[in-house]
Amino acid sequence: MNPESLSGPAAGATPSPDATHSSSEGAAIKSVKLRHPIRNVFAVIIVLLAVAFVYDAALRPAFNWPQVAKYVFDRRISEAAFNTLQLTVYSMVIAVLLGILLAVMRLSPNPVFKSLSWFYLWVFRGTPVYVQLTFWGLLSVIYPVIDFGLPFVDPFISLPTGDALNVFQLAIIGLALNEAAYIAEIVRAGILSVDRGQDEAATALGMSWFQSMARVIIPQSMRVIIPPVGNEVISMLKTTSLVTAVPYSFDLFTRSRDISAEAFTPIPLFLVASIWYLAFTSILMIGQYFLEKRFARGIGAAQPEKKVTVATGLVTVVGSPSDDASEPPRDPRGDGTR
Amino acid sequence: MNDTPMVEADRVSKSFGSNQVLRSISLTVKRGEVMCLVGPSGSGKSTFLRCINHLESVDAGRLRVDGALVGYRERGDKLHELKPQEAALQRRDIGMVFQRFNLFPHMTALENIIEAPLRVKRMSRAKAIERATDLLAQVGLDDKAASYPAHLSGGQQQRVAIARALAMDPKLMLFDEPTSALDPELVGEVLDVMKQLAKEGMTMIVVTHEMGFAREVADSLVFMDGGVVVESGVPREVLANPQHGRTQSFLSKVL
Repeated sequence: MNPESLSGPAAGATPSPDATHSSSEGAAIKSVKLRHPIRNVFAVIIVLLAVAFVYDAALRPAFNWPQVAKYVFDRRISEAAFNTLQLTVYSMVIAVLLGILLAVMRLSPNPVFKSLSWFYLWVFRGTPVYVQLTFWGLLSVIYPVIDFGLPFVDPFISLPTGDALNVFQLAIIGLALNEAAYIAEIVRAGILSVDRGQDEAATALGMSWFQSMARVIIPQSMRVIIPPVGNEVISMLKTTSLVTAVPYSFDLFTRSRDISAEAFTPIPLFLVASIWYLAFTSILMIGQYFLEKRFARGIGAAQPEKKVTVATGLVTVVGSPSDDASEPPRDPRGDGTR
Repeated sequence: MNDTPMVEADRVSKSFGSNQVLRSISLTVKRGEVMCLVGPSGSGKSTFLRCINHLESVDAGRLRVDGALVGYRERGDKLHELKPQEAALQRRDIGMVFQRFNLFPHMTALENIIEAPLRVKRMSRAKAIERATDLLAQVGLDDKAASYPAHLSGGQQQRVAIARALAMDPKLMLFDEPTSALDPELVGEVLDVMKQLAKEGMTMIVVTHEMGFAREVADSLVFMDGGVVVESGVPREVLANPQHGRTQSFLSKVL
C-alpha cells in the first residue's frame, strides 16, 4: 500500500475526464491519476540491468563484434538467409493449403475423407520432423524409379522421378507435409469455434456444405486460426535449420555453422544467424498484425462500416456513384441504438 | 389458384435418441396462411419448424411442402433419401429466421443479403444488390447497408435476417422465436415487418410467445405441448376460450 493511492479522494476508478457532459450536468471530474511507483522502480532496475548487459556484451571478446559485422552481410550468409526464407514461405504455403484441406476433410460428412485425414495426421504428427526429413532425403534410395513415393502422399502433390527432385525441393516437401498435420488441427479448432447457427443459417439459405464452409465458416474461423498459424510460421522459420537432415546445407543455420567451422569463430557466426532470424521474425510479426486486423472485420469496435468505394462494390450499382461516394461514412451510433 | 397446401404434416414423429420430441403431428398450412405455433419450451415447436426445411429429418409420417416430400423421394412404396444438392434445392424456397439472428458477422448487412442469391441462385451482382437494396428499404434499414451486424441493434439485425431470407424469394417463411432474443422495446419493429409480410400474402409459420401478434395477424394458432398438438383453431377463439386444460394453464401464464 503506498501513500499516494490513499491521498486522492477519487483516485483510481473514475470515468475518464474527457467524457463530455453538458453544462446542466455535474462538473467534469479532474482527478489525480493513479500512480504506480513500484512499477516504475522495476522498470528502472530492468533498464539498468539491460544497459549493464549490453555494455558488457559489447566489450566481451568472445562475441567478437568486428567478426559479426564482417559476416552479417556476407554474400554467403545473405544468400543462405534468402534460402531459409524461401524454405519457410514455400513450405508454409503448401502446409496451409494442405492443412485446410485436411481439416475440411476431417470435418466433412464423408467417412472416407474423415479416415484419410485422420490417418495422415496420425503418421505425420506421430513421427519427428527430423526423421521425416531424413526419409525424404532417402527417397531416391527407397524408390529409385517410382515417381509417387510414400504411400500417404496427398493426391494434390505429384512427385516426378527421384532425379527430378533436388534436395531443396525435398526439404520443402518434408517440411510442408509435416507442418500440414499441425495446421490441420489448428484449422479444425478454428472451424469448430464458429457458432453452429452460422452453418444452419447458410444451409437454410440453400447453400451447399462446401459453400457454407468456404464462404461462411472458414472466413470466420480465420480470426481464431491466424494467431497460432503465425506462431507456426515463426516456428517453421527456425525448423528449417533441420533441413541438414535431407541433407540440404544452404540454409541460414547450416551455412553459418559451416563458415564458422572454416573460420574457427563459432560464436560470432551464430550471432549473425540469430540477427537474421530475429529480423525475419520481426517482419513476420508485422505481417501477422495486419492479417489479424483484416480478419477481425465485423468484430469489435474497429471499422464500423465498410468504406463506400468502387472496390467494395457498393458504389457502382447502388444509385449513381456520386450519390454514394460523396456521402461520408455514417456514424454507427447515430440512431442511438447499441 | 393452386390449392395444394403449402405445408402438410401427416402423423410426423421425431426422436433425438430415446427422447421423442414430436409425436404424430398432423397439421396443414394453406397458401397465404399465417400460422402461429405456441407452447412451452421443449414442446417440440422449434423442432417441427426445423423439420420443415430439413434441418432435422423426420422419423415417421409424411411431411410435404408444396406437395413435395421433405428430404425424401417416394418411389413405389419406398422412400429414398435426397442428395444434398436436392435437399438444398428444396430449402432455397423456404426462408428461415432464427431466434439468434445468425447473421454472418464478417459480412455487411448488404453482403449478408446478396450472399445466397449470388452463390445459390447465381444471380448477377448488380441485380442482387438492387434487390437487396429494395429489401433493406422494405425492412426500414436502407441506411444500414454497409454496417456490420455487430454495429446493429438486435432488432435491426433481425430485420436484416428477414431481408436475407426474403432475398431468395421464398414461398414459405419460417420464424423460430424471432423476437425472443430481443430487448422488449425492439420487439415491435420486428413484428411490424412480419405483419407487413403477412399482409402481402406470404405463407408464414411463426413459433412465438407474442400472443398479441398471434391474435392480430395469424389465421390459425396451434398449441403444442410434449410433442403433440394439443389444440388448434382460430387464434381469437383459442386464446379467449381454450378448451384444453394444458392450453388454459399455459395461456394463463403468458397472457
